[in-house]
Order: sequence, then structure tokens, then C-alpha cells
Amino acid sequence: MKPFRYERANGVAAACAAAAAPGARFIAGGTNLIDLMKLQIETPELLVDIGLLPLADIIESTAEGGLRIGAGVTNSGLAADMRVRRLYPLLSQAILAGASTQLRNKATTGGNLLQRTRCPYFYDTTKPCNKRAPGSGCAALHGINRMNAVMGVSDDCIAAHPSDMAVAMTALDARLETVAPDGAIRAIPIDALYRAPGNTPHIETVLAPGELIRSVLLPPPPQGRQVYRKVRDRASFAFALVSVAVVAEREGDRVRAARVAFGSLSYKPWRSAEAEASLEGASATRTSFDAAGIAALKNARGYGHNDFKIPLARRTLRATLADAVGV
Amino acid sequence: MAESKRADVIGLPLDRIDGRLKVTGRATYAFEYATQGSVAYGVIVSAAIGKGRILRIDTRDAQHAPRVLLVLTKDNAPPQTPWGPVDLPDRFARAEPALDTDEVLYFGFPVAFVVAETFEQATAAAAMVRIQYDPMPGDYDLHAAGPSAENPGRIDGNGPADSAVGDFESAFASAPVQIDAHYTTPHQHQAPMEPHATMAAWEGEMLTVHTSAQLTTSPQEGLARTFNTPKENVRIITRYVGGGFGSKLPYYVDATLAAIGARTLGRPVKVAMTRPQVFYTTTHRTASEQHVRLGADRDGRLTAYGQEALVHCARFDLFTEPVCDAARRLYAAPNRLTRHRRAKLDLPRSDSMRAPGEAIGLLGLECAMDELAEALDLDPVELRLRNDTSSDPEQDRPFASRHLAEALREGAARFGWNKRVAKPASVRDRRWLVGLGVASAIRGDILQSATARARLENDGKITIELAMTDIGTGSYTILTQIAADTMELPVDRVTVRLGDTRFPPTAGSGGSFGAATSGSAVLAACRKLKAGLASGMTESLGSVTPADLDEAYSHAGFGAHFAEVCVDRDTGEVRVRRMLGVFAAGRILNAKTARSQMIGGMTWGIGSALLEENHVDSRFGSFINQDLANYHVAVNADVGAMEVVFLDEADPHGGPLGSKGVGELGICGAGAAIMNAIHNATGARIRDFPATPDKLLATLETLDP
Ligand SMILES: Cc1cc2nc3c(=O)[nH]c(=O)nc-3n(C[C@H](O)[C@H](O)[C@H](O)COP(=O)(O)OP(=O)(O)OC[C@H]3O[C@@H](n4cnc5c(N)ncnc54)[C@H](O)[C@@H]3O)c2cc1C
Ligand code: SF4
Repeated sequence: MKPFRYERANGVAAACAAAAAPGARFIAGGTNLIDLMKLQIETPELLVDIGLLPLADIIESTAEGGLRIGAGVTNSGLAADMRVRRLYPLLSQAILAGASTQLRNKATTGGNLLQRTRCPYFYDTTKPCNKRAPGSGCAALHGINRMNAVMGVSDDCIAAHPSDMAVAMTALDARLETVAPDGAIRAIPIDALYRAPGNTPHIETVLAPGELIRSVLLPPPPQGRQVYRKVRDRASFAFALVSVAVVAEREGDRVRAARVAFGSLSYKPWRSAEAEASLEGASATRTSFDAAGIAALKNARGYGHNDFKIPLARRTLRATLADAVGV
Repeated sequence: MAESKRADVIGLPLDRIDGRLKVTGRATYAFEYATQGSVAYGVIVSAAIGKGRILRIDTRDAQHAPRVLLVLTKDNAPPQTPWGPVDLPDRFARAEPALDTDEVLYFGFPVAFVVAETFEQATAAAAMVRIQYDPMPGDYDLHAAGPSAENPGRIDGNGPADSAVGDFESAFASAPVQIDAHYTTPHQHQAPMEPHATMAAWEGEMLTVHTSAQLTTSPQEGLARTFNTPKENVRIITRYVGGGFGSKLPYYVDATLAAIGARTLGRPVKVAMTRPQVFYTTTHRTASEQHVRLGADRDGRLTAYGQEALVHCARFDLFTEPVCDAARRLYAAPNRLTRHRRAKLDLPRSDSMRAPGEAIGLLGLECAMDELAEALDLDPVELRLRNDTSSDPEQDRPFASRHLAEALREGAARFGWNKRVAKPASVRDRRWLVGLGVASAIRGDILQSATARARLENDGKITIELAMTDIGTGSYTILTQIAADTMELPVDRVTVRLGDTRFPPTAGSGGSFGAATSGSAVLAACRKLKAGLASGMTESLGSVTPADLDEAYSHAGFGAHFAEVCVDRDTGEVRVRRMLGVFAAGRILNAKTARSQMIGGMTWGIGSALLEENHVDSRFGSFINQDLANYHVAVNADVGAMEVVFLDEADPHGGPLGSKGVGELGICGAGAAIMNAIHNATGARIRDFPATPDKLLATLETLDP
């Protein structure tokens, strides 16, 4: 760890202003950032603690019939909230599938969205990694890339986003409300938060320096059953090999509409318009669920160790849809 | 409990003496010895390349970093005894010098050391040490190095590398039923919760080392050798240890460097390895490639029985994991062959990890037995029973006690084995494919040397002292029971003191010999003291040596593992629903701690079957998993219902206590039972451990409705 300065922000405006400086970073639960600092993967000069900002206790209903979630709400608190459990069980399931109780008690909504990849080469500062050290190369591309992405990435970086919570939020069409250092407030659809790696994999989101996620807005709950399914090597406390968030509505023996998002396949939670289109009005059978998976993964590309993610994602989607619509 | 009388105390499920201290945070571990104010903190700098030479080390920035006290490299480290000697009979007492070479022997090799007032300052400064390397190509891949592997002559435990009885090749060629299968097991790590850590302090020529270690006498000798000082000048203290599993049999440069730092600065120095360093600077279990060939007649009697193993050891070392040791003693067969080959790689040292040899050798062997049972259309339990033997098949001597058959029968009855459907992929439970598996367990039993002191205190209490360790297994507790039992005193009148080389020497904790060895020494000391009380004796020493185990017999613990798994038919995730281990392990010294050891071992079986694996990236020569988020050991949710049964086993030809080792027996065969259950559930034969979901997908595709 490198020496750094630490400040407790006592207002949103002050926090944003402080964090806009080069080398400054917000810190929320710290469960990701501090680990990265210990390994000198992140070396901020200033930490702006947003723990005292009024972002933590807010889970409130919105006029449109959805929920507003403060960025400081803990993962445990959000998963346990009765409105979330009743109206957005997908979100609750996804959060509870992640990390451990201790971590979820500390981790926050904003921090979870912005947690960084678990690519093993990103974590080992002796290895080339374009995300950590731009221009140094991507060790994962021809390396042990079992946990890496198969969709939407580039040869400069094949890192996967590891969040579970964000996958559910993506299926739920969440929007983020941010505050910029100049006080400007904007709403960003979660799908637009993450930037494709291209040849700048170190730039991961569209957020500007000092731009704070204030809250996450969930629109009214969609029709249909919500199911989150996480596949992992061990039964708990492991990042997903593949995860699937599904919201599916059945009408007779057909699927009326479905939403599909995958986790751990890409640099962001991967919402699949192709799968959704293929499911709309399709027969509620394993065959059409398989077809949806094939459509979703048409452009997927394995890098060796992670080839298995493609059939695994298809199979997991099929099972999750079957579960959701009761086949 | 306090009222218990003679002959009741040994074997009772006494709670851990140190349990309360541990759960309330009052058990002091090596790094926690605080001489606050005067202690300085050292951080090890690890090499960033797999193999090569250090050209230049620039320490200027580090030296000028805030409150840095010392920066050591090969350029200014004090003279020490060179590493080794490599073939020292006690390899854990070899010299372990630090920073005495410009060669980088493996990724993570210690290349510099920074001491500062605080841990954080030392860590920050350590990152400022700039090192220029001349990298060289290395060999990192076990499979690729296979063709150049050598015959090691001897394997760990000192058995021969090769063994042969009869004519294996012709018997195998003519066997009516044959299994010829290759298995691989990955690099594994002991991954103890407490990292390797030391606090060292000097008083004149006297070095005191608080360290997290399984042994005491060996590191004492080793550090004395390293610093070329009489061993009386070195005191090792290791009262509590947060897990070792073999990785704390050796001592490491944390001890050497803490001692050097303390001497140079004239104040105590603490060093703890970081979690990545625990992965690459300490020892690990070698990956293995195993070739198992079994030939049997149609009745299921083995006629040809062979296991060959390829393992690695660090280029500069000699360790050979005794992969085929279990096979040599497990089943009867007239024609036999075992063979160990060792490839030298430019990786960190491979050495012992819980049940070295058996733990991975039985994965291959006992899965091959399952394959043979299937080929014969014979029940896997019955196949094992048909090949049981009462004498050691390669040593020409009887087993002191062997209750493998009883364990298999008892286990089969308790587990409901008769409900197993032999045809794979026959049992479904909603989205799960369900299967049962079995495997035998064997773990060689040895006795080492130890001496214990028993002292009658003025208040009538007894103090027991010996340089044994309690690595979380329950040594404090069982030794208390043995002393109380022998002295006919309530347990609360006995105080056991461990983990200090000021106490009489022992072989420490390792190889499951700890309880029997130290327990026998305590037994002898207490017996002597008790006999002498009438004549005014207040203190006695009692000893045990390997010779106290009757050499006319072969000594091993046995058992049988049963597992029920379910496999998600879509994703290939495997969950262990229940496991049963039935063990014949001699006299049980404490029913509770022994059971805990078995459950721990069986849980490790889950790890080896389903989870544990490290990869080496041969481009860099380094392990890829360097933390506990990515190196998966079993967590609670992975562990289904666990049942442990101990058979009553008297071992009249065993050691003085009649007990056998329990720390390792529980893992031996456990992973194979799970893998065999996976086969029963799905029909998949995964011969490449562990069975992660990706390896099951191809089979599941064929089972899709
Ligand atoms: C061992 C382990 C296992 C885990 N397993 C899983 C898992 O299975 N699934 C899963 O989804 N996650 C998992 N996690 C990750 C965990 O969910 C994240 O670490 C956590 O959610 C991060 O939240 P935090 O509040 O601690 O973030 P911090 O570490 O405080 O911050 C993370 C990043 O977000 C930024 N940030 C935080 N809040 C804001 C804000 N309001 N506005 C702008 N920027 C902000 C910070 O500057 C920092 O860059 C695991 C973590 C660990 C350590
Ligand atoms: S995939 Fe991305 S994070 Fe991983 S090594 Fe390549 S550049 Fe770095």
C-alpha cells in the first residue's frame, strides 16, 4: 500500500469536488478498493469517504411506482428490504448469491456496480495487463483465462465484470442518478454505464472524475417471474462462471415476454436483445429456450480456457427460463 | 468431567482446552506477541520473474522512504550458511539463508527485505525497491518435463521409488479384464488461515523466535545451522498455530529475515508473509500424473496391479511425493508394480501437504478400482473386499491391525449402499442427477521420537512440558487427558505446556504421528512419576522412539468412505449431499477432536475432488491463483451431512498408547469416493481432478431430455 490522504466528505458537493482531483477516489465499503490498494493495483493519493453522506438509508418508492436506492445502501440491507424481496426478488437473489455475509454487510450499492474485474493477471502486478498498466499487453488473452469474458471484448482486454447485483439491475432496467462536481445531475441507464474495452480497457465507465453515483432508480417491477441463477465452482463465496437473470411472463403455452441478462460473460452485465426477441411469443419449451441461448451467444468467442462458458451460458439460460415459466 | 476417574479420561469427547482462548481471541499467535513500541516490521520483497539472475537492485528510494530502518538485499545481507544440505536426514532442519544469491530460483523467490517502524511503512517502501533481472527460460510444466523425469531412488518416507512383485507386464497383458487409465491431479496449496509469520529478538547471543510452526526442534536446529551458532542459542516458541497442513513443517525466510533484522537493528522484528507469498514462497503439493493399470480375473481378483506416478520437485530440492505408497499396501495381487518419476521444475518447493502420497495417490487408484468394478459388473464394495489382505503385500509381514473389510461392510450398511443403482445416470431428483460412490482409506502409521517432562507442583497439580505443537488439532487436550488418566487426576489438575524448545524435544506435528508420539512420551513420563511419587519423586522424563513400534508388523490406519453427490443436470455443478467415513484408527484418544480431524480430512476430500487447483502460467513460471478468493477450498455450503464412525480397534502390536494417526486418514480416499459418486450420477469419468462444472458439460449434453 502506498501512503494516501483520507478525507470524510460532509456533503455531496464537497465530496464531488474533492474527488475530481487527479489521483482522488471515492471510498464506500472499501471491500474492493482497499484490497486493490494493498496490492498497489490502485494507488490513489486521496480517499474521499462517502460513508457519512446521506446515501445510506434511502430505499424509497418513486412516483412512477419504482424504487430509489441510495448508493450507500449496503448489499445486505438492499437484499433484505421487504419491498425489494417482494417486487424485485431477482435483485435480492442476485445480491445474496454474491460474496459473503461479512462482505455484503460492508459493501455498498455504488461500490458493487463499480467493483473491478477479477482477472487474475489484473491482480498480479508482475504481469502485463492493459487495464492496470495501459500498453503493457493482455496476459489473459493467451493465458489462463477461465474466468474471462466471451462477449463484447477486445484483444486488448478480455476481462469480465464480476458483479451479481449489476446483472439483476440490468435485467430490471435500472438507471443511475449521478452528481457531477459542477452539480449537474444526470440519469444513466445501467447498460450505458460500462464502456467496452476497445483499446482503452483502463477506462471502464462513462463517469467523469468526481462524478458520484447518488442513487439507483428501479422502474416499476416488470411483469413475469424473476429468477437469478448463478453457476460457480463452489457452493458459496465464489464468483460466477456464468450467471443469468431472467424475467419471463407466460401466457398459456407461450412466453409472452422475457428479459435476459448474463453475468460474467462480458465487461458488463450482458443484456441480450437477441434472446429476448427470440423468446417473445415463442413456445414455452426447452427447445425455444435453447434457441434463445443460441441467439444470445451467436457472437460469443472463447479464448481457450473459457470456451466452456458458451455452452454453459446456453444451458443455464435454458434451465433458468424453464424454472421461471414452469416447464 | 472433573470427577472422572482412571481409564475414563482417555477417549472422552473433552472440549478443547484452548477452545475458549481461541474463540475469545486470547490465544496469542506468533505475530501477535507485542512488545509494542520497540518492535519493527519487516516485509519480504518477492521476485517478479520465474527464473534468472538479479542484475541490479536499486534501494535508494526505499531507504529514504518514511521511517525505514533497514533495506537488505544480497548486496548487504550478512553471511549465512548456504541452503541445505539438500540431503540432510531431517530436511526441516536445513539451513534456510535469505538474500545470499543473485539467482532467482522461482517466481516469488525472496530478493529483498525492508524493515520500518510500521507494517504499512515497510510495505510501501518494499514496493519502491527496483530490481533489474536477467530472465532465463525455465521449466514449469509437469507434463512437458515428463520425458526428462528422473528416477528419484527414494520417495518421501524413505521407501524405494520403484517396487515390483511377480511379473506385472505379462500378468496385465493376459488379464481377462483390464483397466488402463491416466489420472492427473493439480498443484494444491495447504492454505492455512494463519500466514507464516515470525517475531524474532536477540539478547546477546540468544535468539528467541516466535513463529508459526508445526515443528520446534527442527527449526531450532535449522536456524542455528543458518547462523552458524550452537542450537542452544536458539529458542523457538510456537504456542498456537492457525493451521499448517504440512506447509509449516519447514521454516522459511520469514524466520531467517526476522532474526537478521532483529540482530542488525538491535530490536525485535516481526515478519508475516502476505497471502500471495503464502502461495508462492512456501511449499505446495505437486501436481501429479498417474498411470493406473489393473488386471483382474472374472471374479474380480486382481492379478496385475500397477500405479506409476510423475511428480515435480523444485530444481534445487529432492522431495518426491510418495504417490503410490498407498497402493503398495492396500490390496493383494500377485503381480505388482509401482514407480515414481520426478521432474525438476523451476517452481517453488513441493513438499508435504495433508497425507502426502495417499491423498492424491488414492484419487487415481480408487477411481481405477471403480472403473474395474464397472468393467466386471461387480459391486465396488465387493471388489474391494475380494482383494483385501491381512498381510502387507510387499513387505512380507502382517498388519498389526487392519479392519478395512469391517469398515467397508459397516459403512455399506449404514450408508444404505444397497440402494445404489449400478447403472450410471439412473437416479434423478428434480434437476439433480444423484449418485453414490465408495473408496477405501489407508494411511501409513509411524512413531517418531519425543520426550516429555512431568512435574508435581507444590499445590498437587501436574505440569506437563514438551516441545510439541498444537496446530489446531487438539494436542493440548489429548495430552491433558493422557496425563490425567495416567496420574489418576481430574483434568483440571493438569497443565500442559507446549511449543517451546526449552521443553524436552519432540518431532512435533506432522504425518499424523503427533498424538501417538507425544502422547506416548507423556504416558511414559507420567507412569514414571506416578511410580516414583511414593519415594518422593517430583519430576520425571519419559520418552518414545520409532523403535517402540513393533517392526515385525506393518502399521496403518484404514477406513472406508461413502459419498452421495448430486449433479445439476444443466450446469454440471456438483454438490455433496452426505458423506460417511468409517475408520479403524486404533484407540481414539478424544472422540470429539478425532471426529473433527476426520471431518476436516473428508472436507479436504471435497476440495480435492471438486475445487482445489492452482495453475501455472508457463510463460511466467508463476502460480495464477494467489488469493483465497480464487484458490477454492471448501466452504460450509459445500459440505453436506458428515458422519464419522470409529470402529473399536485394539492395536496390541501398535505403539504404547495403541492409537493411530487420525489427522490424515480422513482425506485418504475421500475425494475418490466423491468422484466415483459423480460417475454413478452421470456416467462421466473425469480423470483430471478436480471435477469443475466445465468438465461435466459434454456428458450432460448426452443426457439432455
Ligand atoms: C472475497 C470476495 C468475494 C466477492 N464475491 C463477490 C461475488 O460473488 N459477487 C459480487 O457481485 N461481488 C463479490 N465481491 C465484490 C463485492 O461485492 C464488492 O467488493 C463490493 O460490492 C464493493 O462495494 P464497496 O462499497 O465495498 O466498494 P468500494 O471498495 O468502497 O469501492 C469500489 C469502487 O467504487 C467506487 N465507488 C464506491 N461508491 C461510489 C459512488 N457512490 N459513486 C461513485 N463511485 C463509487 C470507489 O471509488 C471504488 O473505485 C466479492 C468481494 C470479495 C473481497
Ligand atoms: S483481460 Fe484485461 S484485466 Fe485481464 S490481463 Fe488482459 S487487460 Fe488485464
